[in-house]
Amino acid sequence: MSVIVTEAGFAADSWTHEFLPFDVFWSGQDLPEEGLAVEFPNDREPADLLPWLDRVELIRVAFPAYTDGRGFSIGRRLRELGYTGRLRAVGPLIADQFRMARRVGFDELEIPDTMAARQPEAQWKLREQGSYLRRLTA
Amino acid sequence: MYQYNDFDQAFVRERVAEFRDQVERRIAGSLTEAEFLPLRLRNGLYLQLHAYMFRIAIPYGTLNSRKMRQLAMIADRWDKGYGHFTTRQNIQFNWPKLRDVPDILDALADVEMHANQTSGNCIRNVTADHFAGAAADEIEDPRATAELLRQWSTDHPEFLYLPRKFKIGITGAPNDRAATKTHDIGLRMVRSSDGLPGYEVSVGGGLGRTPIIGKVVREYLPKADLIPYLEAILQVYNLAGRRDNKFKARLKILVNETGLDEIRQQIEARFAEKRAEWPPINPGLLAEIEAAFTPPVFEPAAPVAPVLSAGLRSFIDTNVAEHKQPHYAIVTVSLKPIGGTPGDATSHQMRVLADIAEELGHDDLRISHEQNVVFPHVPRRHLPEIYDRLKAAGLATANIGLVSDIIACPGMDYCSLATARSIPVAQEIAETFADIDRQRDIGPLKIKISGCINACGHHHVGHIGILGLDRAGVENYQITLGGDATETAVVGDKTGPGFAYDEVVPAVERLIGAYLDMRTEPGETFLETFRRVGMGPFKAALYEEVRSDAA
Ligand code: SF4
Repeated sequence: MSVIVTEAGFAADSWTHEFLPFDVFWSGQDLPEEGLAVEFPNDREPADLLPWLDRVELIRVAFPAYTDGRGFSIGRRLRELGYTGRLRAVGPLIADQFRMARRVGFDELEIPDTMAARQPEAQWKLREQGSYLRRLTA
Repeated sequence: MYQYNDFDQAFVRERVAEFRDQVERRIAGSLTEAEFLPLRLRNGLYLQLHAYMFRIAIPYGTLNSRKMRQLAMIADRWDKGYGHFTTRQNIQFNWPKLRDVPDILDALADVEMHANQTSGNCIRNVTADHFAGAAADEIEDPRATAELLRQWSTDHPEFLYLPRKFKIGITGAPNDRAATKTHDIGLRMVRSSDGLPGYEVSVGGGLGRTPIIGKVVREYLPKADLIPYLEAILQVYNLAGRRDNKFKARLKILVNETGLDEIRQQIEARFAEKRAEWPPINPGLLAEIEAAFTPPVFEPAAPVAPVLSAGLRSFIDTNVAEHKQPHYAIVTVSLKPIGGTPGDATSHQMRVLADIAEELGHDDLRISHEQNVVFPHVPRRHLPEIYDRLKAAGLATANIGLVSDIIACPGMDYCSLATARSIPVAQEIAETFADIDRQRDIGPLKIKISGCINACGHHHVGHIGILGLDRAGVENYQITLGGDATETAVVGDKTGPGFAYDEVVPAVERLIGAYLDMRTEPGETFLETFRRVGMGPFKAALYEEVRSDAA
C-alpha cells in the first residue's frame, strides 16, 4: 500500500481509474473516454506523449530509487511540453525531495507505507526556502 | 566582491536550519544513513579516514579579509588550527565533529559563505581564473558569469540527483588558467566575429580513472544564451547519463559513448526548445551581479624604489605576475613551503594574509586551483613590505610554477580511498630541489601527484604526473609525461613500469637531468623539450639505471 503526499499532507489515493502502461498509445487498444492515466517509466521520452498530452488526466512517473533523479527532468519536461494534468511521482522518495518534486511540476508523491511510517506527515511539510531558479527570471 | 542581498542571506540561513533538522532526523532514525548521505554531501560533509571532512566553498576562488579571518576562527575553534586549500577552490577541514557542523555553517553564513554543493552528485562549486579582474589578457571578468551560475545551480530542483558529480570551470582570458578543459563543462570567453563577448563551450572533460580532455561542442555561444544552453546540456545528461556503474557515470563517458556529433545534436535540439520558452534573465539581477565585479579604484602611479634585496628580487621574479595596470602587480603566495603539506595554511597564516589584503591589496584574496593564495591587486610600491610580512609568517617561498610548486592530493595521510602516499612524495621532491637557484634554472615545471586513480591531484595534466597505486600491498608509482591543463590541454603519456616508493624521487631527478641535457637553451621549458624530442629519450633516461642494475 502507499500514501499520497500533497502540500495538504498525507491522504489515501483518490484516483479510481486504471493506470495504463506507457505503450498503450501504440498497442492499438481503445483509450478510455475519461480517467486516462498512464505509467511513465523513467527511461522513456516525454515528447512521445505529445499527441495525447491534452487527453491524459494523470501521469505517474517512476522513481525506482530516491537517488535516481531522471524523474525530475521528466516531470519538468512534461510541463515544458504543455502538460497541465495531474503529475505524480511514485517511489521511495524522501521528505527532503518533496520541494524539488513540487518545483519541477509534480502535484503529488506516492510513497510506500513504510516510508510514511518512518518519515511521518509533519516531516513532509515544505520549508520556506527561496528559489534561485525562479528568481533568475522573475 | 559580490555582497549577499536579503535573498542570499535568507537562503543560507534557511539552509543551515534545514541541515540542523536533517541531522536531528538522522539521529532520530527518520533518515537512514543512505538517505542522509546525499544530504550531508550537499552540505560539504564527507566521511574520511580518521573523521568527517568538511569542505567549504570559496565561489570562483574569491574572498576578502573578513571571510579569511572567519576561516581562521573556524580552524581554531572547531579544527586543529589549520585548513587545507584544494584544487577546486574550496577549503577543507579534516577534523570537525558532526554535531558542530551546523554551528560552523552558521559561522560561515555570518560572513556570506556556505558549503553548498561542495560534494555529492550535483553541480559543484563553479571555479574560475584566479587572476580574474586583474590579468592583462582578459576579455571580461569571468566571475560575473560564475556568480550567475552559482545562483542558477544552487538548489536547482532538477539537477540535485544527477548520475554523478558535475563540475563547471570558466576563464575570461584566452590563456586558460582555470583548467577548463578538465571540467564537465568548460567555458572560455571569446569574441564573435563582430567583437561581442561570448563563450566557447567544451563538454566531457574530466580526470579520474578515465582522463579525457573536454571537446568543443559550441565554438561561440552568445552570453544571453548561456543558461538555456547549460540547462539543455544538464537535461540531456540527467536523462541519458549512465547510472548502472559509478565509474562510467560522468558526462565524459556519455559524450564518448554517444559521439560528439550526436550529443551536440541532442543538446542543440533541447536548447532550441529551452531558448524559445526561457524568459530573459532579470536585467536588474544581472546588473547587480556585474556591478559586484567592477575593478577597485586603483591608486595613481607612484615611483617605486629599486629592489636591492636578493630575496625580494627572487620573490618578484617567481611569484609576481603582470597586472593590467603597469604600476600594480599580482602576487601569488605559495602554500608549498619546502617540506610542507601542499595547500595547508595555519590560522595564523590566514590572518596574516587577511591583514595584508586589507591594508595593502584592496581587500581582495583569491585561492588558485594550484592550491596557492593570490593578492590580485597590489600596488608595486608595497611589494617590499608584503614580502617582509609574508617572510615572517613562513609564506615567502619563491617557487610559483617551479618544480617544488607541486599539486598533491591528501593521499594515504587523510584519504580513505588512497592506495599510496602522495604528500610525503611531494615533500621529498621539494627537499631534493630545495635550492632555489637550481629550481629557477630548471624553470617552469608542473609536478602533480595523486594517491589513487581518482586523480584528485590532477596527475594526468602534470608536465610530470605521479600516480600512487597499490601493487600486491606495496606502493607503486606510475609516471606520466607531457600533460598540460591549459588552453593546449592534453593528457600525459605513461612512461612504462612504475617505481617503488623510494625510487620515485630519483626517477624524477633522472627526468629533470635528461631535460637539462637536452634543452636547446635555458629558455626552452621542460614541456617544450618533451614536445620537441618525444617520449623516447626521456624513457631511456628514466629506465637506464634500472636496466643497468639488472644487467
Ligand atoms: S586521488 Fe585518491 S587518494 Fe587522492 S584525494 Fe583523491 S581519492 Fe583520495
